[in-house]
Amino acid sequence: MTKSFSIVSPDKLAADRYAGLTTESWRWLGTTALIVLVALLPFALSNYHVFELTMVMIYAIAVLGLNILTGYNGQISLGHGGFFAVGAYTTAILMHHYAVPYWATLPPAALICFVLGVLFGLPALRFEGPYLALVTLAMAVATPQVLKYFDNWTGGQQGLNLVKPSPPAALGIDRDRWLYFITLLVLLLAIRVAANLLHGRTGRALVAIRDHPIAAAAMGIDTARYKTLAFGTSTLFTGVAGALSAIVIGFVAPESFTLFLSISFLVGSAIGGIATIGGAIVGGIFIQFVPNLANDISDAAPSALYGVAMLLFMYAMPHGVVGTLGPLLTRSMLRIQARWPALIGK
Amino acid sequence: MHELLQQIFSGLAAGAVYASVALALVMIYRATDLVNFAQGEMAMFSTYIAWSLVTVGLPFWAAFLITLVASFLGGMAIERIIIRPVENAPVLAAVIVTIGLGLIFNSLAGWFYSYTVQDFPSPFPDRPLFGALMTTQELGVVGVTLVMLTLLFLFFRFTKTGLAMRAAAQNPESARLCGIPVGRMLAIGWGLAAAIGATAGIMVAPVLFLDPYMMSGVLLYAFAGALLGGISSPVGALVGGVIVGVTENLVGTYLIPTQLKLTVALALIILVLVFRPNGLFGTAIVRRV
Amino acid sequence: MTVKPTILTGLSGAALIVAGGLALAAGQYGPGASDTEIKLGNTMPYSGPASSYGAIGKAEAGYFNMINEQGGINGRKINFITRDDGYSPPKTVEVVRQLVEQDQVLATFNTLGTPPNTAIQGYLNDNKVPQLFVATGANKWNDPKNHPWTIGWQPSYQIEARIYARYILKNMPNAKIALLYQNDDFGKDYLIGLREGLGDKADKMIVATKTYETTDATIDSQIVALQGSGADVMVTAAIPKFSAQAIRKIYDIGWKPTHFLSNVAISVKQVMQPAGPEKGVGIISAGYGKEPTDPQWHDTPEYKEWLAWMQKYNSSGNITDANNVYGYSVAQTMVHVLKAAGDNLTRENLMKQAASIHDLKLPMLLPGIIVSTSADDFAPIKQMQLQKWDGTTWQLFGEVISGTGS
Repeated sequence: MTKSFSIVSPDKLAADRYAGLTTESWRWLGTTALIVLVALLPFALSNYHVFELTMVMIYAIAVLGLNILTGYNGQISLGHGGFFAVGAYTTAILMHHYAVPYWATLPPAALICFVLGVLFGLPALRFEGPYLALVTLAMAVATPQVLKYFDNWTGGQQGLNLVKPSPPAALGIDRDRWLYFITLLVLLLAIRVAANLLHGRTGRALVAIRDHPIAAAAMGIDTARYKTLAFGTSTLFTGVAGALSAIVIGFVAPESFTLFLSISFLVGSAIGGIATIGGAIVGGIFIQFVPNLANDISDAAPSALYGVAMLLFMYAMPHGVVGTLGPLLTRSMLRIQARWPALIGK
Repeated sequence: MHELLQQIFSGLAAGAVYASVALALVMIYRATDLVNFAQGEMAMFSTYIAWSLVTVGLPFWAAFLITLVASFLGGMAIERIIIRPVENAPVLAAVIVTIGLGLIFNSLAGWFYSYTVQDFPSPFPDRPLFGALMTTQELGVVGVTLVMLTLLFLFFRFTKTGLAMRAAAQNPESARLCGIPVGRMLAIGWGLAAAIGATAGIMVAPVLFLDPYMMSGVLLYAFAGALLGGISSPVGALVGGVIVGVTENLVGTYLIPTQLKLTVALALIILVLVFRPNGLFGTAIVRRV
Repeated sequence: MTVKPTILTGLSGAALIVAGGLALAAGQYGPGASDTEIKLGNTMPYSGPASSYGAIGKAEAGYFNMINEQGGINGRKINFITRDDGYSPPKTVEVVRQLVEQDQVLATFNTLGTPPNTAIQGYLNDNKVPQLFVATGANKWNDPKNHPWTIGWQPSYQIEARIYARYILKNMPNAKIALLYQNDDFGKDYLIGLREGLGDKADKMIVATKTYETTDATIDSQIVALQGSGADVMVTAAIPKFSAQAIRKIYDIGWKPTHFLSNVAISVKQVMQPAGPEKGVGIISAGYGKEPTDPQWHDTPEYKEWLAWMQKYNSSGNITDANNVYGYSVAQTMVHVLKAAGDNLTRENLMKQAASIHDLKLPMLLPGIIVSTSADDFAPIKQMQLQKWDGTTWQLFGEVISGTGS
């Protein structure tokens, strides 16, 4: 703390210095508590619910990838379902044709999707707005076709059945919980990597490119390099999510990766908060549960309810749940800090 | 040779279908700077309305006109009620809203009218033309699309409202300062697009047969065609749609097996766009810093 | 001296028998079954591009409602739990897990789609849950050795295609065949079945094949190309919308092949009339069920009974939709099996009963076609009947053909 020649008494200064936890500390505490809760959750829930939550986490990782690209870097993608499929099929082909153990398929899936994303990102540099949307849309629509065509590898329309992994016996937990923890680990890793990336220089560069490409270039940011890398990183995340989905579901088929999946990712991303990390988790929850809810409510027109849910979320929170509530939370914390400095210090 | 001609003509007919929906997409884009992902579903829903009218006994052209008016009003209402709340929100929010809208229309159509295929009457007599290269129905689609295009062109070029709409889309702030009721322009834009979509749907239904998924395949090609031609150009929409139709047919017949037709067709379109990123007739966007 | 013990033994023996009988009468139950109800689980595409098949689920619910109102099965009500999977295998896995683990159903019934069923087949067999009467025309469900808990229902598409192949070999041995098929498991099965049916003449006889996606707008281009191949026999394996387009285009371009149409597209109201009834004259198809818009059935008591059922228990359904005949018939099969299980409602017994159906006749199946299964025959309906379109109705001709074997 800086020394100041203040007329305030030294006792008060001392009190200020040591009062309360900082905002940072509160955030850290909250996050840790959440992680602990999430780690303990599978032991309180049935196998089926554990499976559902695993799917939520997988979708969250996929949506996180999309957030990096569309939220932080401003490049719209309607094709992430295709990259999800590439990750899933990489895992499936390695497991089915080459008997690679499931955990060893994740790095190749990540690498292949990264490379594919970069290759995709290069021509994508030429396009923006609706044109970029079309290019990525082509990826989403072409993927099932290509998957069906190369049926020697992919099993064609019949798909590929995969052996479900067995948990290590020493741990004494069943398969569903084991997969939950693996997915949780990957999700936490993904969040950490994304946070490091996005809260640092790279993130600032990406956002600068999104908001003002010309100014960014004028300031010396290599827009081409960052945009392409953003693409590759984004597809890496989504590809890994796809690989996990293949392991958890135990089956891949072209039908699993239609255009609707790509659109779901975009919807989840927007609803969660496109330029946030936490929003990815909200997005995952939305994608997994809202269609089910819509189905339970209406037999006749469940998709209509899903559509209505989308509309209502966008009206109420156009920046997404985390995008709208996040700043609200920060403001509330600042207000609490102003009123009760003992609670939240500086 | 005869087969090649037939493929080209089939492509023209399909292309006219894509072009008519592309026109509606371009209309909304010019009026609101937004791609309307619900365009196909709105057109399909309008077609169902027309079908209901025809089924209760109205003559075709009466049903057509009533549907046009209803669609115009409906489009305006949608803009005012559904799109307005996200007008000042990030573009993505508006995109999500149009996606949701599409889902709603599709689901409602399935609910009200079931998913079974319906027969739709054609205003044109069923006669082959040019030695079985094209039917009158297909020619009718081409003809109506051309008429719509001409009307649109005249509207934007020569009417005050058209000019006002272009201004409102390009620079809402300045337009307001000039006294243009921007909100009303947007609504009219959507209304017109809905009417165009309805026309497209009604013309197309006798060819494609009416079911709630009639337009889902068309939308993708229409989108590609609109972008190929230049998203802000109505002429581009027509040319783009036709090129997409013909290319798709020729590629699928002569180049590669039909199992990869969609993939290759899209790849070709993207290739063209790489060399002309704003489409064939689109204008390059110049950004001032 | 010996009399008393005998009487005692006899009495105790009788008491044991009575007690045992009472225990039996109280029923043996697996999960989802009790004195009052039997829970069946089902997934259908109620959303997404395949949602037209959702009508089947609604029809089945309507049929079970009727049975319940008539007193149920041996006094138990059927609790039919049906959920949407959007034809997406990951969703099917999730929903079926929910049905088995949360809802504790006794069995799954008529889950729809080849990829969805493939996705859940391993899980259901591992957990010994009957996967009954799957709603797909794929071939692979008749595999009691490897998947003893999975059983199909309808004749497979490959069987149908083989029937066409045999007809062609018999009547047009020098034919040149063109095939249009949907680019998925349904369409591909016709290619496989045709090739199998033609044997070593397949390569010579099949001169051209074209595919389409359900997202395509039209298939005109494919038809034109197929005509260009010089074929004089055409096989169309397409859903109603595209079949109607195909029939019309073939007529419009002046091509007159001998045309075989997949059974999924024989609807009079949805295909033949929109295409133009006169344009399809001569088309041959094979079927196993009565097509509800075909006027030849409209005066029969079976049709009238079906119609009455539709109006009372499935009023939201379309009487022109053959899916409602399908749902009605497969639900009747399920009811038959449930009745046969009696009070022994374990999963094992249910599976056993499903595998012992003897010559069941259903009112809306074509005359002569029966449902039958055995321990090594998990294909309940194996027969089809050829029929030809005459402009107004599908004229049945020839014998009922059995499609087992190649």
